[in-house]
Amino acid sequence: MALTGLDIFKQLPKTNCGECGVPTCLAFAMKLAAGGASLDACPHVTEEAKAALSSASAPPMRGVTIGTGDNALKIGEELVLFRHEKTFFNPPGFALLIDDAMDEADAIAKVESLKGVSFERVGQVLKANLVAIKNASGDSAKFADFVKKVQAATDLPLVLISESPDAMGKALEVAGTSKPLIYAATESNVDQMLELAKQYQAPLAVRASSLDSLGDLTTKLDAAGVKDLVIDPGTRQLKDTHESLVYLRRAALKKKLRPYGYPTITMPAEETDDDMMEAVHAAVYVMKYGGIIVMRDLSPEKAYPLFVLRQNIYTDPQRPMQVEQGFYPINSPDENSPVLVTTNFSLTYFIVSSEVEGSKMPAWLGVVDVEGLSVLTAWAAGKFVPERIAAFVKKSGIEEKVNHRNVVIPGYVAQISGELEDELGDWKVVVGPREASDVPSFLKSYQPVTV
Amino acid sequence: MAFQAPTEQYSGKIREVVIGTTNSQVIAGGQNTLAFHTFEGTIPHRPLIAMEVYDIEPQEWADALKEVIGDVWGDPVAWAKKCQDEFGADLICLQLASADPNGLNRGADEVAETVKAVLSAISIPLIVYGCGNAEKDGEILKKVAEVAQGRNIVIGPAVEDNYKSVAAAALGFSQNVAGETPIDVNMAKQLNILMTNLGLPAEKILIDPAVGALGYGLEYAYSVIERDRLAALQQNDSMMQMPIIANLGKEVWKTKEAKISSEEMPEWGDPTRRGILWETITAVSLLVAGTDILIMRHPESVKLIKRTLNEFGLMN
Repeated sequence: MALTGLDIFKQLPKTNCGECGVPTCLAFAMKLAAGGASLDACPHVTEEAKAALSSASAPPMRGVTIGTGDNALKIGEELVLFRHEKTFFNPPGFALLIDDAMDEADAIAKVESLKGVSFERVGQVLKANLVAIKNASGDSAKFADFVKKVQAATDLPLVLISESPDAMGKALEVAGTSKPLIYAATESNVDQMLELAKQYQAPLAVRASSLDSLGDLTTKLDAAGVKDLVIDPGTRQLKDTHESLVYLRRAALKKKLRPYGYPTITMPAEETDDDMMEAVHAAVYVMKYGGIIVMRDLSPEKAYPLFVLRQNIYTDPQRPMQVEQGFYPINSPDENSPVLVTTNFSLTYFIVSSEVEGSKMPAWLGVVDVEGLSVLTAWAAGKFVPERIAAFVKKSGIEEKVNHRNVVIPGYVAQISGELEDELGDWKVVVGPREASDVPSFLKSYQPVTV
Repeated sequence: MAFQAPTEQYSGKIREVVIGTTNSQVIAGGQNTLAFHTFEGTIPHRPLIAMEVYDIEPQEWADALKEVIGDVWGDPVAWAKKCQDEFGADLICLQLASADPNGLNRGADEVAETVKAVLSAISIPLIVYGCGNAEKDGEILKKVAEVAQGRNIVIGPAVEDNYKSVAAAALGFSQNVAGETPIDVNMAKQLNILMTNLGLPAEKILIDPAVGALGYGLEYAYSVIERDRLAALQQNDSMMQMPIIANLGKEVWKTKEAKISSEEMPEWGDPTRRGILWETITAVSLLVAGTDILIMRHPESVKLIKRTLNEFGLMN
């Protein structure tokens, strides 16, 4: 439960020394409660009070990091149920599942194929995040050996899947220093898994037969000092998993129930045998509260739409995605091809560029940095204006790429054409269509006049 | 510890909109909870799938589509029958692309002939969408409403610039209307108010939020639909309680991600599965957000959505 100012005040020294920058302890407590100050500002608070207050003021869902270095994956710390309420913060990690009963060469090849499953979109690299290795053989030594070989084949953090503390212990001897996710502590092995998680300071997944029991396990682990937990509701049907994930997110955020305030792990790989339905399950968990999504098949035609969905859903609704300013060649344009300009709002760029592509007509599409606004909004905000467009055209180097001097502007800003011509000097400004959907028919009848 | 399920009850309920006639009607809406939240509310009617049929032969469509509907796509009647008989469509959505003034520019009487022919060939309910030109759609949908009298179809999209004529046509011939507004909650509500003020009953209206495809503004549509639904259920806003229809097939299949060949983009994997998944994942996202009627194109995507509904326990 979030603390009130008075709750916090009780834990403070009540000396009103003012060293925190606020005249009284009560005022400082109020500021703390509102999130406007940090407890560190008080030099006299006791360690006991600090511990009590910091656990109470921790985020309702814990953030958990798996792995180390550049490829470490952070999940959790979500604050809302619906992305429009603020934003979703830490995108779920996609894990590729392999097991130690597979042919070793096949398994390694599968892991290595992930290097090709990487896509650049709106300046972000979309890729898989984890390799999940299951101890299907039941042989601890074989598991450890397999983990060692997989680890040599990938830079991605690992999820180690075994309920046997013996197998997990052996695998951790191999991979424990790179902070893999230990999957999983259950009702029957929690004491041993707890020790392993402590020994290796590694995050621990918890799976239980019911949400009641899940809460008991996380409470026990938390009390023992193992706090980096990832929870699996244990369900293996789309309907049940969706229900559990909704309940867990509400329990954490709305009810502030600490035992459920952890990111989740989901298992499309174990929920369906159909590769296409595996993608559907994964899509549901991207939207509804999956923290890690374990898939047995991440071939590019499945991974790409899922990664784009993740990017779409985790885009901050308050901060539109932007495309880098510059001229983009579409359909192999040459020195006679049309020159078009639009804004760098990613949606504007995607829609205009896809229409140009679909037209099969070659063109140079210029994207002007207007801080991610659409054409009309940018114009209204004084950002898609003649000076800015002209400066962009002049500095872009497009004058060396085409031997004509005609630039097509969106029909919605027809009114700037005269002023833009003045700014551009030798360029002629052509008013194009208002809507992107009319760009193909425009391009089919338009040919820039060569000087 | 005992886990107390944090369920929520909503004060509002989505209106039931009946499409079609007694023996072959479908009902959209009726639920008093969010999408797939059967654990805390009632969803009396599952989401519906309308399959697209165009009144002119498609040009440059993806190979993945040509393989499955290329044999019928030159003939809207055969195409509609195939969607009904082989692909299990719940409804047909006839898209009158031939009326486009920038294209064939067919007149109202001519496109209405196709509507009649399709109506006489199918028993499942029909949605008729115009070409997207507001003025032209106002003209042709009036005629469409007239020739479909007695079949209780959906006509659309009614937009800001033509809603008066579209709503009047629907009212005159007792049809339903899909009102389209550009991904905005308030504009959707405003259009619903305007149409009901003209006398169109609220239970004859669908909300079309002008969705984008995955990677092309899906997140805007997703959040607007979630907000529409919360306004309807949590705030009990009567003018937001219409079922939501998403015209996604055409948005998905014009993206390069759905249609480009593997020769051009080998790193994007198998093109057929990629196209099907691009449509399926777009559709799943819109369903999760709260869509009641999906307008879709590829029969394999339709199958996957039906399997999804089945796994959510909604196909009974």
